[in-house]
Amino acid sequence: MALQLTADDQSMLAGEEGEGVALAMRVLVATAEAMGAERLLDITSAHVDGCLYHGPAGLDFARALVTGGARVKVPTSLNVASLDLLHPELVRLDRATADDARELMDAYVALGCRPTWTCAPYQLPERPRLGEQVAWGESNAIVFANSVLGARTERYGDFLDICAAVTGRAPAVGLHLDAGRRPTLVVRADELSADMAANEALYPLLGHVLGQIADTRVAAITGLPATTDEDHLKALGAAAASSGAVAMFHAVGITPEAPRFSELAGMETVTVTREMIEEARRELGAGGEDRVDAVSVGTPHYSVHQLERLAELLGGRRCAIPLYVNTSRSVLDAFGEAEALASCGARIVTDTCTYITPILDHGVEVVMTDSAKWAYYAPANLGVRVVFASIADCVESAVAGRAVTTW
Amino acid sequence: MVTLVAGHAQGPVLYLDEPLSFWGGVDITSGTIIDSHHPQAGQSVTGKVLVLPHARGSSSTSSVIAEMIRARTAPAAVVLRSRDPVIVLGAVVARELYGWVLPVVVVDADRYERLATSTFAEVLPEGVREIGPA
Repeated sequence: MALQLTADDQSMLAGEEGEGVALAMRVLVATAEAMGAERLLDITSAHVDGCLYHGPAGLDFARALVTGGARVKVPTSLNVASLDLLHPELVRLDRATADDARELMDAYVALGCRPTWTCAPYQLPERPRLGEQVAWGESNAIVFANSVLGARTERYGDFLDICAAVTGRAPAVGLHLDAGRRPTLVVRADELSADMAANEALYPLLGHVLGQIADTRVAAITGLPATTDEDHLKALGAAAASSGAVAMFHAVGITPEAPRFSELAGMETVTVTREMIEEARRELGAGGEDRVDAVSVGTPHYSVHQLERLAELLGGRRCAIPLYVNTSRSVLDAFGEAEALASCGARIVTDTCTYITPILDHGVEVVMTDSAKWAYYAPANLGVRVVFASIADCVESAVAGRAVTTW
Repeated sequence: MVTLVAGHAQGPVLYLDEPLSFWGGVDITSGTIIDSHHPQAGQSVTGKVLVLPHARGSSSTSSVIAEMIRARTAPAAVVLRSRDPVIVLGAVVARELYGWVLPVVVVDADRYERLATSTFAEVLPEGVREIGPA
């Protein structure tokens, strides 16, 4: 059946709310048709990742929306951008690109988006509740919203996220609907359960394996320990959305919608073994280098709890090599101890991330990270070699100035 | 056949053996496939009737498509095996901004396989016509 539009949709399309809204509606309708949607639905919030500068077309589109008088209709947060507005000296973009990147950020704020500049909008004070329909961009935020919060979003990204925000509408397809949230695959982590309770680095590694197994499918994961918290699920989801196109998973006994789909018998089942975890470690460069030139943590942006943990592990010691810590301005405010981290030599990065814009010192060739997502993307983006390790090993390596690996 | 972005274009066929992530996989300024793991790495998509199952990877592929259309390094047309909103989104935004149409269509399995051996093709709103092999 072809896409059916409501009278309000038609009026937006006809330009009755201005040319900016009409432009957004044309793009939304064309994409909804390409997705096979039969209708649009109302959303209650949006998270926009179009504020990261890729080139002139992205800026032209934002300008067209601003010039056309568009404003977001729902509360809308912004993802990381190409600049750190709180620590501008950290980013080494050429002047012309930096100017365009700044204009892009300003354009999204002019559309009414909140200048949150974070890839972890679920760490902001207000977040969507179970069952809420939203339109979120940024792969790790999408998988967290669907899986951990039980909010409902498809995989939105550049252009479409802001079109949903200014129209307040999204295509009624996929993960917005009950049927799309049903698991079609069981991933058994039972064999790893005891290890995971003792070593949190297993979560991103399990996520890396999950992405490879599931790709676009919704999996039900069994055997995660009862101590699993949001930081663990964040690391797992971010990794799965990098190595695969995972937009939702259920963790049986932990995530809110898992009980709705308790009948898993007869479903395709994959058991994750210790060997598969070891293979994931090797793929992410663990143990491959003695040399480490820098350490980068906080991809996705660190939470208050993770910053506290980092400060505790550092224990006032001074880093011998750069330790980059990515987080949001909102989390940094709530944490309140930025000075203590800085006095250990940690370089706190907000508003952006070390793998998408030039921040690392010249000459850095080998970087240790506790993020499977960072380890997955940084070699191609930055031309560096990576070493995946636990946060404890990351801290010891930063202090020692060489790779310290206890696992 | 399903037309996702209606238009008319023709060009040499470039048939990809695997899905392609445009973000990180294609150089915007030259149109060359730079994903070293891709079977067609090193080939240019510019001006081609690009035949591929679907895009893969990041939603930033939409931005790369739009930037390539702006830079005139985009394919002439895209022929897919399955619906791909990420490619359509880039094409629709560029049509709005620059008035340039990148036709995008989905074809059935038979037609798709025939394109594997075609050298030249024409994409129309109502269908795809193979003109080669010469």
